[in-house]
Amino acid sequence: MNRRYRAGLAVALAAMLTVAGCGDASGGKSVTNLRVMVPTGPGGGYDMTARTAAKVMEEAKLARNVEVFNLAGAGGTVGLARLVNEKGNGKLIMQMGLGVVGASYANKSKAKVSETTPLARLIEEPNVVVVPDKSPYHSLQDLLNAWKADPGKMPGGGGSSPGGPDHLATMLLAKAAGIEPKQVNYVTYAGGGELLGALLGKKIAFGVTGAGETTDQIEAGTVRVLAVTGGTRIKGIDAPTLKESGVNVVFTNWRGMLAPPEISESDRKALLKLITDMHGTKQWQDALAKNGWTDAFLTDEKYAAFLKSETERAAAVLHDLGLG
Amino acid sequence: MGALSDLLGGFTTALTPINLLYALIGVIVGTAVGVLPGIGPAMTVALLLPLTYGLDPTGAFIMFAGIYYGGMYGGSTTSILLNTPGESASVITAIEGNRMARSGRAAQALATAAIGSFVAGAIATALLALAAPKIVDVALSIGSQDHFAIIVLAFVATTTVLGASRIRGLASLGLGLTVGLVGIDHTTGEQRLTFGIPQLADGIDVVVVAVGLFAVGEALWVASHLRRSPLEMIPVGQPWMSREDWRRSVGPWLRGTALGFPFGAIPAGGAEIPTFLSYVTEKKLSRKPEEFGHGAIEGVAGPEAANNASAAGTLMPMLALGLPTTATAAVMLAAFQQYGIQPGPLLLKREPDLVWGLIASLFIGNALLLALNLPLAPAWAKLLRLPRPYLYAGILAFASLGAYSVNGSTIDLLILFALGCLGLMMRRYGLPMVPAIIGVILGPRADQELRRALQISDGDLSGLVNTPFSMTVYGLVLLLIIWPLLRRVLRPTGGSNESDP
Repeated sequence: MNRRYRAGLAVALAAMLTVAGCGDASGGKSVTNLRVMVPTGPGGGYDMTARTAAKVMEEAKLARNVEVFNLAGAGGTVGLARLVNEKGNGKLIMQMGLGVVGASYANKSKAKVSETTPLARLIEEPNVVVVPDKSPYHSLQDLLNAWKADPGKMPGGGGSSPGGPDHLATMLLAKAAGIEPKQVNYVTYAGGGELLGALLGKKIAFGVTGAGETTDQIEAGTVRVLAVTGGTRIKGIDAPTLKESGVNVVFTNWRGMLAPPEISESDRKALLKLITDMHGTKQWQDALAKNGWTDAFLTDEKYAAFLKSETERAAAVLHDLGLG
Repeated sequence: MGALSDLLGGFTTALTPINLLYALIGVIVGTAVGVLPGIGPAMTVALLLPLTYGLDPTGAFIMFAGIYYGGMYGGSTTSILLNTPGESASVITAIEGNRMARSGRAAQALATAAIGSFVAGAIATALLALAAPKIVDVALSIGSQDHFAIIVLAFVATTTVLGASRIRGLASLGLGLTVGLVGIDHTTGEQRLTFGIPQLADGIDVVVVAVGLFAVGEALWVASHLRRSPLEMIPVGQPWMSREDWRRSVGPWLRGTALGFPFGAIPAGGAEIPTFLSYVTEKKLSRKPEEFGHGAIEGVAGPEAANNASAAGTLMPMLALGLPTTATAAVMLAAFQQYGIQPGPLLLKREPDLVWGLIASLFIGNALLLALNLPLAPAWAKLLRLPRPYLYAGILAFASLGAYSVNGSTIDLLILFALGCLGLMMRRYGLPMVPAIIGVILGPRADQELRRALQISDGDLSGLVNTPFSMTVYGLVLLLIIWPLLRRVLRPTGGSNESDP
C-alpha cells in the first residue's frame, strides 16, 4: 500500500507542478512564491480563472513559483475566512467573484469581503433569462405578466443556491418587476447542466443562468432567450437587455481577486502591478477569447467601490428573503 | 448501421500505438490517485487534466478516458481491500467486498469487480453509441416527482438491510438521516446542524461517513479487542474465480448494468441509488441470502456493474445535449473548452471524429483496465497478509491522508475521527452500519427532490403522483409492502418465514 499511496502523492504533485512549475529564473524583479487560493473545488469557474491567471503570470515571467491551491467549502466562505485570518500576508491572493459575496451573506459568515484588500476584477459574464423553445412566452413582458399574476405557479430555476449569482439575478428581476422576492418560486439546481435538463424536460417555466452555459442550446434552438441581464446585448444572441425590455436592472456575474487584510503598501502595489501586467499580456487576452470570458478589468479603488455596491445589493436581496 | 461504422472509424482514430500509450498512462495515474478516499473520479480528472494539455484533442481524450476509468476502479480496489471507499459510487461495494476480502476471497472480489466493470462499461458504452438520442429524451422527461418515487422505493428496500434487530436497524438509519441533514439547505439557504462551523456548511460527504464508520470504526474496534482475541492472519485463498463464482456473477453484472445505465442518464441521477438498488435486488434474488453480510459475491458484482454503467450513462446527456449533469461531466466540459470545442446538441454534427474517438477510447480504457488489474488482483490480495496491527495502522493513516488531502483542512480530519468513534460505539451496541450509510445517501436526496417536486406543483400534493412513471413506482412500492401481508393471509397455516421467492 505504501508504494501505492506514494505513487498517488507523486502524481498529484506532478500535476500541480505542471501548472505551477517551470518558472524561468531570468525574470528580474518578479513576484516570487505567490500562492493563489481557489475557494471552490478543482474544475470549476474560479479554478479555471485562477489557474489560467497563474499560468500566464509564469509564462510572461511576471512571477515565479505561483502555486494554486483549492480550499473549498460553503460557497467560498471557508476560503474567505482563511484569507481574513492571513492578515498581512503579502504572498497570498484569493480568486473570488459575486458568488462569494452572496455566500458570505447567505451563510452569515463572520469573515466579510469588506475586511479584505481588493485587488482587481478580471472578467464578467451576463446571465440570460431563458424558456424552453415550446414555451408560450415570447418576450420578457409576456413572462413577467404571467409571473406577476401567479408567482407560485411559475417555478423558475437557476444553477446556484440562495445567495449565488443565478438566485440573485432572479430575485433582482422579480423585485424590479414588482414581485415580492419571498413570493418567488425559485428552484435550486446543482449547476447550469442540471438546470438546462429541467428546462428541456419542461419542469420549470423559465431559467436564469450564465450566458456561456447556454450558447450551444441557443444555437440549436432548444431554448429561447427572452433577455440578457448585462448592460449591452451579447453578440450572437438575438435578445434585448433587461433595460430595453423595461426592467431597470443591470446584472453580471463577475470574477476578481482579493488579498488578505492589512498587507503592506509595497506588497499591495506589487500585487496590483502583477495583476495589471498580467492583464496586459497577449497570453491573457488569448485566454479570454479561448474561454469565452468578457474582459471587465477594474482595479484598486474603483474595484473597492464596485465591491461595496455589489455587497449592498446582494445584502438587500437576501435581507428581503430573511437570509441576510 | 451508421453508428456502427462511425464507431469503427472511432477505433481507427484511437488505436494508434501512441494513443494506446496515452491510455495506459491515464489508467495507471488515474488508479494511483483514485485510491485515495475522498478523491473521486471528478477530482482525479480535474487534478490530472493539466497532464493532457500538451496533447492533441484525440490523445488528450483517450488519456482522459483512462484517468476516468482508472479513478473509478481505484476507488473500488481500496473499498474491497481496506474498507475505505475512494468515491461515493463504491461505498456499497465495500459492504460485501471487504467481507469477502477478510474471508480470504479478496482476489475473487477484485476480479468480479474488474470484470463486472468491464462488462457493464462495454454494454453501456455500446448503448451510448447506438441509442443516445432516444434514451436522453426519456431521461429528460424524468422529473423530481419520479425521482422522489424511486427514493421512496429505495427506502422501502432498506428494510432488507436492517439486520436482525429492527430497532437497532432503524436507529442506525436515523443516525444516517441526521448526518445527512448537516449543511446548507439548498432550497432556502438556511444552515442546518452546522453549529456555526463553515466547514460543515457543504454537508458531510458520504465517502467520509463511509470511511469513518467502516474503516476507522473497524480499526478502533479491532484495537480495543487486540489483547483479548488472538492475532490471526487473514487467509489468502484461491487466486482465481471458480466456476461457481462466475455463475453467481453473470446475473448481477447484467442486472447491475440495467439499473445503472438509465440512472446515469437522468440529470442528477448519480450512481449511489442504483448501486444500492442493485445490492438489495441481488440480496432478494440470491439463492443464498444468508451469505449477504458475510461476503456474498453477488453483492460486489451487481453494485460494481451498476456503478460503471451509470458512469457511462452520465456521458449521454453530456455528449447528446451538452448538459454536464455530474461533476465529472462538468470537468470534462472544461476539457472540451480547452480545445475550443463547445459541447452541446450540435457537438456530434460538428465534431463526429472526436465524439466517436472518445467513445472508442472509453472501450479501450475499459479493456486496458481489465488487462492491467486482473493479473494484479491476487497480488493486491496479498496485502492483507500483513499482521493486523500494521494493516490497521496503515488503513488509519491512509484514511486520514485521504480525508485531509481533499481540502487540506484539519476539520475534515476531526469529522472523520468523530465518525470513527461513532462507528466504534455502533459496533459496541450492535447497530448495523449499512442503514446509516443508506440514510446519508438517501436522506438529502429525498429532501431535495420532494421539495423540488412540491415547488414545481406550487405545494399541490397531487404533483407527487401526476406522471405514469411515479404511479408505476408507487404501485411497485405498494406491492412490496402488501405482498408479505397477503401471503400470510393466504397461507395462514405457517411457513410464512420461508424466504423462497
